[in-house]
Amino acid sequence: MAKKVIRINEATIRFAGDSGDGMQLTGTRFTEATAIVGNDLKTIPNYPSEIRAPLGTLAGVSAFQLMFGSQRVFTPGDLPDTLVAMNPAALKVHLKDLKKGGNILANANAFTDKNLKMAGWEANPLTDGSLDGYIVFSMEMSKLVGKALENSDLTSKGIERTKNMFALGVLFWMYNRPVEPTEAWLRKKFAKNPSIAEANITAMKTGYNYGQTTEIFTTSYSVEKADLPKGKYRNITGNVAVAYGLVSAAKQAGKELFLGSYPITPASEILHTLSGLRNYGVKTFQAEDEIAGISSAIGAAYAGDLAVTTTSGPGMALKTEAIGLAIITELPLVIVNVQRGGPSTGMPTKMEQSDLLQAVLGRNSDARIPVIAAQDPADCFDCAFEAARIAMKYMTPVILLSDGYLGQGSGPWKIPDPKTLPEIVVHHPDVSTRGEAGFMPYTRDENEARPWALPGTAGLEHRIGGLEKENITGMVSQDPENHQVMTDIRARKVENIKKDIPPSVVHGDAKGKVLVIGWGSTHGAIHVAVDRARAKGQSVSQLHLRWVSPFPSDLKAVCDNFDEILIPEVNSGQLALLLKAELLRPIHQLNKVRGEPFRASEIEDKVNEILG
Amino acid sequence: MSETTIEIQDLNLTRKDFVPGNEVRWCPGCGDYSILANMQKTLPVMGVKKENYAFISGIGCSSRFPYYMDTYGFHSIHGRAPAIASGVKLANPELTVWVITGDGDGFSIGGNHMIHALRRNIDMNIMLFNNRIYGLTKGQYSPTSLLGAKTKSSPFGSIDRPFNPSAVALGSNATFIARALDVDAKGLQESIKRAQGHKGASFIEVYQNCIIFNDGEFEAVENKATRPDNALFVVHGEPMIFGEENDKGIIMKDNHPKVVHLGQEWSEKDLLVHDETNQIITNLLLEMTFDPTNPTPFGVLRAVDAPSYDEMMIDQIEQVTKVKGEGTLEQLFYGGDVWEVK
Repeated sequence: MAKKVIRINEATIRFAGDSGDGMQLTGTRFTEATAIVGNDLKTIPNYPSEIRAPLGTLAGVSAFQLMFGSQRVFTPGDLPDTLVAMNPAALKVHLKDLKKGGNILANANAFTDKNLKMAGWEANPLTDGSLDGYIVFSMEMSKLVGKALENSDLTSKGIERTKNMFALGVLFWMYNRPVEPTEAWLRKKFAKNPSIAEANITAMKTGYNYGQTTEIFTTSYSVEKADLPKGKYRNITGNVAVAYGLVSAAKQAGKELFLGSYPITPASEILHTLSGLRNYGVKTFQAEDEIAGISSAIGAAYAGDLAVTTTSGPGMALKTEAIGLAIITELPLVIVNVQRGGPSTGMPTKMEQSDLLQAVLGRNSDARIPVIAAQDPADCFDCAFEAARIAMKYMTPVILLSDGYLGQGSGPWKIPDPKTLPEIVVHHPDVSTRGEAGFMPYTRDENEARPWALPGTAGLEHRIGGLEKENITGMVSQDPENHQVMTDIRARKVENIKKDIPPSVVHGDAKGKVLVIGWGSTHGAIHVAVDRARAKGQSVSQLHLRWVSPFPSDLKAVCDNFDEILIPEVNSGQLALLLKAELLRPIHQLNKVRGEPFRASEIEDKVNEILG
Repeated sequence: MSETTIEIQDLNLTRKDFVPGNEVRWCPGCGDYSILANMQKTLPVMGVKKENYAFISGIGCSSRFPYYMDTYGFHSIHGRAPAIASGVKLANPELTVWVITGDGDGFSIGGNHMIHALRRNIDMNIMLFNNRIYGLTKGQYSPTSLLGAKTKSSPFGSIDRPFNPSAVALGSNATFIARALDVDAKGLQESIKRAQGHKGASFIEVYQNCIIFNDGEFEAVENKATRPDNALFVVHGEPMIFGEENDKGIIMKDNHPKVVHLGQEWSEKDLLVHDETNQIITNLLLEMTFDPTNPTPFGVLRAVDAPSYDEMMIDQIEQVTKVKGEGTLEQLFYGGDVWEVK
């Protein structure tokens, strides 16, 4: 029987299994193959915070979702079209999200009485009819790889572990993806253990052939290349993009990069990536705690490196006092917060946008700081570069807000030509700037930035510190007039950055009924929702803020062109609070804190509600 | 090893070059003055250019120190000086980095950074002003205050068992430990010279008198009249002798240090000989600190060679660069699976 190939515009797939089933790896391999085909895509992992939760339990389910398409893809998709369920627990956790009529690819061998009971199924859903309404592909994956690899020298446990490659092979067939990149990848990864590489390749090909030849599969899908802007691309996660952005900024500034950091989920991959770049002159310092992470970075900034510290919310809380020190000493520093669910330890592996107020306001005293927020994984590169540039230009610490969804999620990155990256001009004064009364460490340039005088420079010996300093001279001062002057200058320095913020770009009409304002990782979901609303003829536009402190200078003018403002946020209304004060007008809010990003449909519904 | 031979270049520096000329604001009679003066006297002969010194401090009376040195200086936040200094040294390994701290700053709020800086052996010199009291906050007990100390926050006597900071340094695997007295110029200068000459993290514990809140805490060793009988100044390779008439020494008895009188029963050859490189000897000296039957040891208690973190980092950068070549952005960006949209 000839099999049908149906051309579709987009698809969303979720891989779900036990934490030990290799679902992150399977998803990543599918993503790479999809990227090579030329589809646009976005991915998001979803895994438990335990390294290995008990086998077969609901708590131990790990998942990876991607959406890919022949058009621009802005989110990892809302409800999956296809769910891979490697065990009953995975099916139990994720079935509720599957589209009606969607595909279920299940490993029937894992649906044992014991596993079913552990996952809370009273009977086997693969056979009792409870999955009517879905298309169920129940495959004996464990048994099939066992047969295919009966001559392999792997142990039976080792053979069992290749079942994820079988599932991947089936999906490669189902969505017409090439197996070759994964084949090459496996050979490279297991170069020292070829029998493992070959076993996995065999399992993958067995899966592929199973799709092609068995009669349970009648249809496969093709997704044409997306019409992305011309150029070279690679898939990148937000955390790797941050690391690359920082390395690039250091190169463009002629600086060595110093990272002082303490491992924390979901930010650690930035530390991992930079630790591997010793031949780029990158100095990574795994500090004893979060405070030492930022403190060592402040020391490195003082001595002339491009200095960075990376963390997540609880770590930000610990760094708070040191951020104040960087503000008062006016040293350049990039502080990256890959946000997660909180408060306290909260939900380490789940995303949230709830550290906005902490970033903008969360310090003792009047201590303003520029805050930039990345909107998608690739944008993490640009934002990290920009944060570093601004830090050195204005001599100020800068906070870069990412989140677990961006940091660990991925999407295609249009690789920039290194030659076209902006030059970052850094000036360090020498003895010629020393006047008769000595060197003045708190003189100001046109941006009110103070000179970055480096220890080791003869004739510029001076002292800085956390005590208030006299403007110009830098002597310790408790003078009331001077404190007012210095507080005002520090605030103005942040305001000055507005000069570097390009005019706001509104997606949709510049005038209309509803303006949906977002920041950070909600960009994709808002974009899709606004496009859908506009397709229905609704008067809706999108404004996405990159700088959340300071706000762009045209913000009020842009907002004045709309009757209503809606702010969807994965927090309880933090940007809304800031914008109500900024704009002095009512704002519609859409808030959720469920450890997961918005679905476009949720925003669409809210727009409908506003428009009545 | 005992003597570090360092080639000292004469840079024609004098004490005046290290005095910034602002008003020093410690209490009159504070032990800090003597420490400052001895630092300013010693640095000119060390062969390091003045612009290559960076003094990093935390918070407390002692931490005002950088303001009074005409070098690069950073008066930071409470307890964090060792962490900040680590970043300074790693960013510019050419610098000679000093950390100035106190018993509250370095061993209470900043204890974690202290032990890790010592453990890592980053090339920096940490000077602890130990006055066994909180001065700047006006007289509360510190983590080095002795049991029973009556202070503003322990009016009935402290029930908080103290640290022996040099023993903490040893427990942190520090490669250089010295102890000095604020009133002993010779001992201070020797400690400063040896610490700065030592590659890796050096720790100097200075007994420092707080004239306002804890005056006389170290009276037995500070008072010239009683010092000889209460202080043991150790010298590498020399027997442990002390006393007004150099008539007392330390022997090992039942696995503990014990004071004996030289003369009929005991002679120099029976005494313990100091060995900076022997951890057991250092431990034994540190055990004497709180023991009223033994003198308090001063001098270089430990000095051993070990690779420093900063050297290893530079070395690793060189080695990896040798193998992989100097990284370019092109290589970085094109490191993954790349595809082209035409």
